[in-house]
Amino acid sequence: MSSNWIPLWLHKLSSPPTFYRFAGTLQPWAMTLALLLGAIALYGGLVLAPSDYQQGDAYRIIFIHVPSAWMSMFIYGVMGIAAFVALVWRIKLAEVVAMESAPIGAAFTFITLVTGSLWGKPMWGTWWTWDARLTSELVLLFLYLGVIGLYHAFEDRRQGARAAAFLAIIGIINVPIVHFSVNWWNTLHQGSTINLFGQSKMSSAMLWPLLTMMLATKFYYIASLFSRVRTDLLSLEGGKDWVRKIVEKEAGQ
Amino acid sequence: MSGVGSFFAMGGYAAYLWPAYAVFFAVLIADTLAPRLRRRRLLRELNARMARKRARDSGGAVSTPRLPEQSP
Repeated sequence: MSSNWIPLWLHKLSSPPTFYRFAGTLQPWAMTLALLLGAIALYGGLVLAPSDYQQGDAYRIIFIHVPSAWMSMFIYGVMGIAAFVALVWRIKLAEVVAMESAPIGAAFTFITLVTGSLWGKPMWGTWWTWDARLTSELVLLFLYLGVIGLYHAFEDRRQGARAAAFLAIIGIINVPIVHFSVNWWNTLHQGSTINLFGQSKMSSAMLWPLLTMMLATKFYYIASLFSRVRTDLLSLEGGKDWVRKIVEKEAGQ
Repeated sequence: MSGVGSFFAMGGYAAYLWPAYAVFFAVLIADTLAPRLRRRRLLRELNARMARKRARDSGGAVSTPRLPEQSP
């Protein structure tokens, strides 16, 4: 904590009572934006966008499948970075962010696998196949579950967080494997539709709902993470003065 | 077919599309509710712990009466 290259504001923000208040202010806004953008994206994707010339209306699963898949990898990245910070600098907030990201990441990975399966059945004729993309995404789910399990396997929460953080860091190797699996191996899974640099293989009527849903899931993650982190901070700092004040205030209502 | 009917039919893919959306929402709603319930439980717990501590500090033998022959 004495490293002076950490900016002062970041140092202040990582103090539990400050972050508790900060997250409490932002959380409702993040959730509102998530719901609003999600509703717009759903309208665009399910009503306005035309059906696909090859896949008919089945392709509309893309509007939840692909944003969820992106989140499954993005959240793993955040978890990995937070886990690294937690192990190196022993910052309590980083531990909590890493550990509370895991269940949200697991939720999005589960959604990705199930919606992919429901998409695969009519398009490929099978619910599941052991190809590179599907298998590496399943491994991602097991990594999330492993982190959650390891965290809860220890009597001491902070010791559990450190063990789980270690697993989270090792598992980061799987994220590029998921991402590049469709290029590295011959898979049944289709290649990337969206290209960050250059032309995307999608008409704009389909593209904007997809990108809007991507934003919605990002805001959802912020909202869910903040509400989880707040609860965890109260629990970890149970005996402290700032928590006592909050408990008294909430009980008085 | 009416507009609404054809919307829900989804070109014959309704049986795959709607369950996919149902799973998406069900999982995220569960993910939203879980920490809220945990928070409520935790606040109740902390409140009870604080009340016990207050009772102890004020010297009253409210919840844990001490037996004289067991104290050193």
